[in-house]
Amino acid sequence: MKEMSRIVKTVTNFVYGFIIIFGFYIIAHGHLTPGGGFQGGAVVGSAFALLLVSYGSLNSQKFLKKDILSLFEGFGLILFIVLGFSGLGITFFYNFLANSGGWFGNAAVIGVNPGNMNTGGVIPLMNIAVGLEVLSAFGVIVLTMASAAEFTKKKEKS
Amino acid sequence: MSSFVEIIHISTLIMIIIASFLAVVFKKLLPSVIALTVASLLLSLEFYILHAPDVAIAEAGIGAGLTMAIFIFAIRGTR
Repeated sequence: MKEMSRIVKTVTNFVYGFIIIFGFYIIAHGHLTPGGGFQGGAVVGSAFALLLVSYGSLNSQKFLKKDILSLFEGFGLILFIVLGFSGLGITFFYNFLANSGGWFGNAAVIGVNPGNMNTGGVIPLMNIAVGLEVLSAFGVIVLTMASAAEFTKKKEKS
Repeated sequence: MSSFVEIIHISTLIMIIIASFLAVVFKKLLPSVIALTVASLLLSLEFYILHAPDVAIAEAGIGAGLTMAIFIFAIRGTR
């Protein structure tokens, strides 16, 4: 698939960094504000789709590699299931970090949320794991669709 | 105040219906996909008005972003 015009590429160069940073903001604030791992990962995946549509599938093989994204996907899933199993002394998915004073361990205030990032126990770590998995999975899906369209076009020409 | 919210509600629903009708009527494929994306984006606005910002973010990311990209790849593959 060939690349689009110069206007589209210039607007993409301005915008895609901000979209990726906004997606990571949604992932990191998942326990305080609306959104979470899945929504932030979907936003970052739409930034990957924008890059792939504007630059074409052949040029974007340089900065979006399928093997690295697949590795990140496996790492996110392993992190999630390890966090689930590590509270197994009491129950499965036990929140063992909440109110402990360490990482993400401050006590949450009852009522209106004052915006303390350091609360929530194991939930922010699980949000980060789910966000990593979802963004790399959407990147792999979009890359596979682009290369499959290219392959079909090449096969029909020959 | 509630009448203002109801006016936005009803106009958003009417625009969703118009955009979905245009997605069926258009003869070319690329304007049809753009109309479908506009309908999905207005549906995301409707979710936000109904106090579900979680679903609105997910709908705007998946329904308006990734679905349009996959449809554009499919259309370019047929050409």
